[in-house]
Amino acid sequence: MNTTLPPTTGPQPEAPRAAPRPAFTHDWRRIARMGSVAAFGQVFIALSNMPVRLDERLIVKPVLSLGYLVLLILPFAAGYRQGHQIKRENMPVCAPGPNEVVGGFLCGLITGGGLSLLAVLVTHFDLREPLVNWSPVLLDLLSFSNEMWFAVVIWLAIGAGMGAAGGVLRLLGPKSHRVVVTMALAVAGAAVLESLVVDVAEGLGLEPLTDRLYAPRGGVAWPSALGLAAVSGLLAVLGRGRFRQARARHAQMEGAQRTRANLGLIIATAAVLIVLPLFAGKLTNELLANVGLFVLLALGLNVVVGLAGILDLGYVAFFAVGSYTAAVLTAATSPKIAPEMPWLVALIVVVIITGLVGLFIGAPVIRMRGDYLAIVTLGFGEIIRLLFLSDWLSGWFGGSQGITKIPGAGIFGITEVSGTDPRRVFYLVLAFCVVAIYISWRLERSRLGRAWMAVREDETVAEAMGINTVNVKLLAFVVGAVLGSFSGAIFAAKVGSVFPASFLILVSIVILVVVIFGGMGNIIGVIAGSAVLIGVLGGPKQPGLLAEFSEFKLLIYGALLIWMMLARPEGLIPSVRRTRELRQQEMAQDAWLRGQVDDDDAGGADGPRPAVQP
Amino acid sequence: MTDMQAAAGAAAAGVRQPLLETRRLSVDFGGLKALDDLDLEIYEGEIVSVIGPNGAGKTTLFNAITATVESSDGDIVFEGQSLLGLDPNRVTSSGIARTFQNVRLFANMSVLENVMVSQHCRTKQHAFGALLYTKAFRQEEAEIRQRAEEILGFFGTRLVGYRMDQPAFTLSYANRRRLEIARAMATQPKLILLDEPVAGMNPVESAELTGLIGRLRDEWGFAIVVIEHDMGVVREVSDRVVVLDHGVKIAEGDYADVANDPQVIEAYLGKGAGDP
Repeated sequence: MNTTLPPTTGPQPEAPRAAPRPAFTHDWRRIARMGSVAAFGQVFIALSNMPVRLDERLIVKPVLSLGYLVLLILPFAAGYRQGHQIKRENMPVCAPGPNEVVGGFLCGLITGGGLSLLAVLVTHFDLREPLVNWSPVLLDLLSFSNEMWFAVVIWLAIGAGMGAAGGVLRLLGPKSHRVVVTMALAVAGAAVLESLVVDVAEGLGLEPLTDRLYAPRGGVAWPSALGLAAVSGLLAVLGRGRFRQARARHAQMEGAQRTRANLGLIIATAAVLIVLPLFAGKLTNELLANVGLFVLLALGLNVVVGLAGILDLGYVAFFAVGSYTAAVLTAATSPKIAPEMPWLVALIVVVIITGLVGLFIGAPVIRMRGDYLAIVTLGFGEIIRLLFLSDWLSGWFGGSQGITKIPGAGIFGITEVSGTDPRRVFYLVLAFCVVAIYISWRLERSRLGRAWMAVREDETVAEAMGINTVNVKLLAFVVGAVLGSFSGAIFAAKVGSVFPASFLILVSIVILVVVIFGGMGNIIGVIAGSAVLIGVLGGPKQPGLLAEFSEFKLLIYGALLIWMMLARPEGLIPSVRRTRELRQQEMAQDAWLRGQVDDDDAGGADGPRPAVQP
Repeated sequence: MTDMQAAAGAAAAGVRQPLLETRRLSVDFGGLKALDDLDLEIYEGEIVSVIGPNGAGKTTLFNAITATVESSDGDIVFEGQSLLGLDPNRVTSSGIARTFQNVRLFANMSVLENVMVSQHCRTKQHAFGALLYTKAFRQEEAEIRQRAEEILGFFGTRLVGYRMDQPAFTLSYANRRRLEIARAMATQPKLILLDEPVAGMNPVESAELTGLIGRLRDEWGFAIVVIEHDMGVVREVSDRVVVLDHGVKIAEGDYADVANDPQVIEAYLGKGAGDP
């Protein structure tokens, strides 16, 4: 093999390329493994009834529905993934060739085999008893309204085709790769964001455009899908990766220049967030408000979990206490006492009470560590909900009837924010998010933030270095509680009623997933996590953009979490520190490769040694 | 010179109160007496070495003083105040800092942050100061940073420059030990407990660190207790040497006396080893 190494002085040395691998030498076991995993996944998806439910949501009318998309994506992904080569330092990477396509084809064939087998099984045996979701509709959908043998053949063919297509994607050079991915993302994005786009376009008076883009009953119309793909592809060609360049430039900036760039970004984001709701309809604003409420919760939990490293599985308790306190203080119908305070005055009391509850729950909990602490917080989260539900306190909180007819939040008599006008709710949430962001940002860079970090790293040593770990952790708990109570108070005013059923343990779990998915310890990551998960999939009870997914939300949350833990444990937009914690060895190795190793044992690296005293 | 220092220490002992004193200190680990009726005095400006075979109770002594383990009997008095019943962080804020035998840095925090966070008990800006970004807050942050840089500068060029902003886990072994000492210095103690500070270092590095221990006392005025196995270092730095065996003090005095004490030789080498 004749390979020439590129000069190592370039800014980003490309891995050297070797000749393509021969078409028929494969790691067969790997292909079989990946194919069977994908096949299993596909059968699982089919049996979970996802295709039937999602079939109503069209991506490209009339070619592709979301139901088929979830089935087609798996062989494609398996086919693409099997062509992946592990890059080793200074080792040549084989240029992609027919090998990848053949591998993808085989991988997809095995994947398709899963559904084929299923089709045979259900025709010959009555599997409805164990497989409750198996319905004629599903069979119809899978066999394209044809005979069993047709389903067998068609899924093998589709699997193989999609797998090979995945392999072909490997063949494309980086530029064409980018163009294809941009085109696919543009169409998928347009379909997913349909209701949002239509809503905003209506506000802006751009209906003719969206009428052309989308088919009358949902989905991107196929001619416009082609048009959209063409336009986005063209833009990708013209853009030539400018976005990536700009990001790299931003990462290299330092000092004042960087501050200015960041400020510009912040102002631009703020402008969009302030202007967008004005043109958006009720639906979009409702969605934005829901996302905002979860951003607020996630920011609060981020202080506890991300900064201080306390795994709190009962965070919903503070959301509940905030909501109920606001409800009792503002609603005229509150059973025991009904002071009917203005919302802003009530908020002060809410903050105080939630802070006290945080102290109260925290004091016994905080002395524990690790797993024990997580379990106990889980328990306290449930205890709070059960207290609100209990007969004992139903004189105060209305038991399972909850408290209803909560008035909206009056802001200095200027406006009143209530659920009937989600736009105002969104602005209120936005204001509180800004407060929460400021609080977590400032605290992270203070004496307290450093102490949290130290406690997260090694509690025993932190204590030996003079940090009162109990106080510091308790403070994290209280700050988290107060931020959560903001969300609770707004929630009460927005929904107009509070029930114990709104504060299930599921809420805690969803917020935690949002924080982990987005990137623990990073404010922007946490916001991005809420926007993606809550905005697209929806919260525990709030519908997202893909409302059809609501039934399968938890399934997808779980799958995403598992995938995230395996592939990118530091989250979507990770904090530098968290990445360090998780990838310590890799980073130390990289530093060693860059020659930045701290190896003064060898001498000479540090300049002159200080004179040794006799 | 060592004799003179020891004599000075002894002379001072007659006049001054000891900085730290353990009175009949005992630590029980379920029947095993790790420390048994130990009386020990440390005076201001003194460097005392604690030596003894493995399992003699040296690290337990440190743990008992810093309240990491509970003492079962006796008293620990620091500047006339009993330390018993205090939490470890209170012991540190009263003026005793320590390093760990198996280096325990905050591995993912930067070198500078390691030193900054250790000034926690000497600074007082609370959360509200940080939120309001008050002048006092900014001033204190600047001071914390400046003091941290000053402390890191004590170790020459090794921990400053670009290295200050690197995570502690990237440091070499010797530098991790230095950073542990820097962290102890940052708590602004009167007494530093060093647990095997040169373990795992090569002869050049341990000679350098020996010099540093002397400078810690001379320039910063700390009293220092060192646990050390390297007898060269012990001879070099100590004003006084305390020998422990099975939790009991078997000898005390300057290096030459202790090194020739038959009981010490027996403890280290076994019975009969001291005989010709």
